[in-house]
Amino acid sequence: MDKQGNNIIRIENLKREFIVGGEVVHALRGINFNIQSGEFVTIMGTSGSGKSTLLNLIGCLDTPTSGEYYLDGYSVRKMNKNERAEMRNKKIGFVFQSYNLLPKTTCIENVELPLMYNGEVSAKQRKQKAIEALEAVGLQSRLMHKSNQLSGGQQQRVAIARALVNDPVIILADEATGNLDTRTSYEILTLFQTLHQKGRTIVFVTHNPELATFSSRNIVLRDGKVIQDEKNTHIVSAADVLASLPKEENE
Amino acid sequence: MRAILTMLGIIIGVASVITMLAIGQGTKESILGNIEQMGSNMITIRPGADMRGPVRQSSADMQSLKYEDYEAILKECEYVSEATPMVNTSAQVIYANNNTPTSIYGVNVSYLNIRKLEIEKGEMFTESDIKTSAKVCVIGKTVMDNLFPNGENPIGQNIRINKIPFKIVGTLVAKGDNSMGMDQDDLILAPFSAVQKRMLSITYLNSIIVSAVNEDMSDAAIEEITEVLRTKHKIKPTDEDDFSIHSQQEIMEMMSSTTGMLTLLLASIASISLLVGGIGIMNIMFVSVTERTKEIGLRMSIGAKGKDILWQFLIEAILISVAGGLIGVLLGVSLAYLIENFAHISVSIQLYTIILSFSICTIIGVFFGWYPAKKASNLDPIEALRYE
Repeated sequence: MDKQGNNIIRIENLKREFIVGGEVVHALRGINFNIQSGEFVTIMGTSGSGKSTLLNLIGCLDTPTSGEYYLDGYSVRKMNKNERAEMRNKKIGFVFQSYNLLPKTTCIENVELPLMYNGEVSAKQRKQKAIEALEAVGLQSRLMHKSNQLSGGQQQRVAIARALVNDPVIILADEATGNLDTRTSYEILTLFQTLHQKGRTIVFVTHNPELATFSSRNIVLRDGKVIQDEKNTHIVSAADVLASLPKEENE
Repeated sequence: MRAILTMLGIIIGVASVITMLAIGQGTKESILGNIEQMGSNMITIRPGADMRGPVRQSSADMQSLKYEDYEAILKECEYVSEATPMVNTSAQVIYANNNTPTSIYGVNVSYLNIRKLEIEKGEMFTESDIKTSAKVCVIGKTVMDNLFPNGENPIGQNIRINKIPFKIVGTLVAKGDNSMGMDQDDLILAPFSAVQKRMLSITYLNSIIVSAVNEDMSDAAIEEITEVLRTKHKIKPTDEDDFSIHSQQEIMEMMSSTTGMLTLLLASIASISLLVGGIGIMNIMFVSVTERTKEIGLRMSIGAKGKDILWQFLIEAILISVAGGLIGVLLGVSLAYLIENFAHISVSIQLYTIILSFSICTIIGVFFGWYPAKKASNLDPIEALRYE
């Protein structure tokens, strides 16, 4: 049922504290879990539960106060800014709630962006990979469209293509369906499930409990601690839900 | 649109710098051209002021320069190509019922070559005129116009200089005013012997004018002349010269340093607007960084390092300023030509001014773009992503 594989993420007693106005705020109070290759994990929690902090740590945007975090075997805690930037560039694909595409820029250029910061990829390879990634999300017909000419769902697909283009070990989605209507949300979820079936490791951070049913594993945070971590044995197919929705004229 | 407005500061700055430098350079060149017209390799030797005795005398009253000095210079100095003794005076000149005050230069035939003068009508007096102290003369355009207002042929006519009759044998081609506004045609040339003996009754010379073989040899010629005259005048090595030597080269250097100062002044005023333009760039870069905080956050989250972001904004700043510089150069060049055509001020645009303004633009872009770009590169990606 679950694919067994290497630990992509290993988190050991992870703590993160902030000092706000002279007081120490414990955003994460010691978290332990591993994520293996090929898992589709939702991390859920209400606001203030520490899920954003956890996401920033997993995404190598931040370093923990204490505890260890290994991404693909590398300890992130000891890394400096530039090393973490390189980790983000090569190991992680981000998908944001508000897409964060460059305005007035074509889909291809948007998707190429992560590879621009990777000196090992030539311009030709860059374009080739960008086209492949856009094909993978079903946008092969819109390569040259400007990002502001696209619908919200299409923009999010471009963002997913951008997250795929560097062939990351993990895709981090932060409320990736938060700005979309129900129908488009399911389309995007279908896309994530497809990617999961193809063997991608996905971490989906959300406050929406409904989304847990589509993933293979569900971690719930509250007050900086993991209060629930269980595998989902009844994965609902987003494509089926999509088909059951009343038909609309929109695509 | 915003970028164009920002560029405007740089455009105006560069355009004014180029125009100012063009005007300055043009003025300088026209002044130097004027001096060149008078003979740029000309060297003037005058008697020095008397340093002995209690009463100092004006150098014009000194009698230390003799005809023998002239002969010695011509014979012994190899860097001197031509030389003329000179005695000069001013006098009222009369012809029929017209009269005019003018300067009389007693010189020899070489004077024409040294001063780059040309005969228009008639001819120059001859060596034999000099030997015989003949009372002949060549007159300048202004003198001719004043004495012969009705356009009579002056050749062969007798004019009276200080009551002494002189026969006109030739007229000079007009040279016009020089750069200091002095009329170069208000003069009469006569054999120096005639002026020396018949008009002034003196045995000394007022000056000796020589021509160096070329401009660059002026200094060498001056050294030679000094050597010759010191020997001739039996001046002890410890004593000062009893004569002074000025070359056109010196005047030229002085003039060009004056106009150079003026140009520098104009250009520095103009460069203030370049500075203001640079501050404009800095301002707009700050706005740009703030506006694109979210984009910076995104770029960082997908792997851009601090230096990538720094370069991105630095290049943008440089691009704005260089583009502004390019338009400024075009504008400045066309403005300079407009000035030349409509205000009749001679301008001269040199490649180095263009290259200079261009590199200054790049430097301004780097200088004023650096801080905003640095600020952008130091943003925390988490904060930047959350920025709305």
